[in-house]
Amino acid sequence: MIELRDVSHAFDGRMILHDVHLRLDQRRIGVVGANGSGKSTFARLLNGLLVPTQGRVLVDGLDTRTDGKAVRRAVGFVFQNPDSQIVFPIVSEDLAFGLKPLRLPRAELDARIDAALRRYGMERYRDHPCHHLSGGEKQLLALSSVLIMEPRHVILDEPTTLLDLRNRNRVVEALGDLPQRIIVVSHDLDLFRDFDRVIVFDGGRIVADDDPAPALAHYVSLMS
Amino acid sequence: MTLGLHLPGDSVIHRLPVGWKIGCLLLASTGLFLVSDPAWLALALAGVAILVIVARIPPSVMARQMAPALVILAILVAVQAIFASGREALELGLRFGALLPLACLVTFTSRVSDMIEFIERITAPLARIGFDPAAVALALTLAIRFIPVLFQLMTEIRDAQRARGLERSPLAFFAPLLIRTLKMAHEVSEAIEARGDPAPPDGPAGRSRANRK
Amino acid sequence: MVVKHVVHIALFAAIVAALGLMPPIPLPVIPVPITAQSMGAMLAGSILGARRGGLALVVFIALVMIGMPILSGGRGGFGVFMGPTAGFILSWAVAAFMIGHLTERSWSRLTLARLIAFNVLGGIVVVYGIGIAWLSLVSGVPIDKALYGSAVFIPGDIVKCVLASMIAMTVKRSYPVIRR
Repeated sequence: MIELRDVSHAFDGRMILHDVHLRLDQRRIGVVGANGSGKSTFARLLNGLLVPTQGRVLVDGLDTRTDGKAVRRAVGFVFQNPDSQIVFPIVSEDLAFGLKPLRLPRAELDARIDAALRRYGMERYRDHPCHHLSGGEKQLLALSSVLIMEPRHVILDEPTTLLDLRNRNRVVEALGDLPQRIIVVSHDLDLFRDFDRVIVFDGGRIVADDDPAPALAHYVSLMS
Repeated sequence: MTLGLHLPGDSVIHRLPVGWKIGCLLLASTGLFLVSDPAWLALALAGVAILVIVARIPPSVMARQMAPALVILAILVAVQAIFASGREALELGLRFGALLPLACLVTFTSRVSDMIEFIERITAPLARIGFDPAAVALALTLAIRFIPVLFQLMTEIRDAQRARGLERSPLAFFAPLLIRTLKMAHEVSEAIEARGDPAPPDGPAGRSRANRK
Repeated sequence: MVVKHVVHIALFAAIVAALGLMPPIPLPVIPVPITAQSMGAMLAGSILGARRGGLALVVFIALVMIGMPILSGGRGGFGVFMGPTAGFILSWAVAAFMIGHLTERSWSRLTLARLIAFNVLGGIVVVYGIGIAWLSLVSGVPIDKALYGSAVFIPGDIVKCVLASMIAMTVKRSYPVIRR
């Protein structure tokens, strides 16, 4: 479970997030809001990429302020642009990157990489340059590189924004199958139809927090 | 794998560990500068030719890679022949004539990833003076990863400027290129930190500064 | 080392490399298109500062050395450094460090004229100094003859210094990296 206790966040003297008090214990949670509403900051607070200027964020009881490393191991993060997230030239090397500090034996490392590739049918790309993958495949590789670390929670910041419809559908399908808790920030409202909960941000505050249908209706009326 | 100038093969030279090859190259280059007898230099050149044949490097590939350096070498040999002596010109030609293909041979027979591993290994003792070999390996692999990404970005920006009739303005090319690269650097470092920070965190103050977009 | 600094170093090394892959771009004033790669050292130094700028070029040089064909014309590998003109390539790291050092020192009162002076000092004086000394040393060709032979490239390089400085001033206004 991820818990935010009286969290506020300011940057450059400007308040970005006001007084957020939440428990996130559903399996699939959507986050929506206009540009600049604070939702990206919210997402970055959940895995310790940002530490709140006030309040505490607890992931399974671990404080992001003091246990940053353990928190990041428990919470995976998938970014909007896979080109910024894939950091190694070859597909298998990128998958291995996060595992490096664990110093696994070669055979175990290879087995994990193969399993990760099989999940999305990308076995044939094992030794390919990442640059040769399509946009959707790159995003699936970025997701695989996060899942190979076996996180308990996965946060996705606009994972489908840069994809075409077919690739978007592949990624959405992949998300539906994940056993982890997923928290998705997106403008792609269709994505949230069968989620368990949707949180709406506006001006750095939570203005709706409900089942998808009423929350999305509120968001749509807010935007019109 | 299509990265770099490596030519896959299974010759003795291909199988030799990278460290040995680089060590031999350094020894050979030092040796070639100590020797000045054209007969010995010619012998070295013949030795290098044999090695190139053993490694089965196609002469056309070797020639293409060496062509620009050979042009400059030819000019320098001519300068020496005119202003110094024929013997000095011959020395110069033979010395670089042996050294250039030998160096290319090391490159053609070694994989980039093995080279990076070698660099990480030889820089490991420097960890004691605060130097981080993992950061070195990360910088090298990151750079290789981002060469095609940046090349694509450059092509996009150039096409966009061309559409606006700005193709002769380097400022219109470089300013967006550099600003987008710096923004990308912010995203990439965020992603690396999110994926299990290999370097120590820079503290909450540093992190909230890094929040700037 | 801060992750972000490693990323800055790597991405600037990649920019210099990608510039070597681009076809030469036409420049104003100079009639022949010239490769923009040698502007890499100037840009890295004047945008990233001494340490990161210098290291970006060290990483670039290491990439060439380990066999990436990223010098303009598709050259790479150890052969480049065994050739007589290796000093010019190696000098880029020193030039970037020096330009970065001078830029950092006068960061708060940096003007275009000053930055151009720094780039000429690093991008021309340092580069030609090291490059010509190396050429003369390894080939035995006297310094003055090596200098005459290289002098034809100096006008183009001066244009590059001015351009790199203008570009760096623009980037400084919208996205300053040094002292943040």
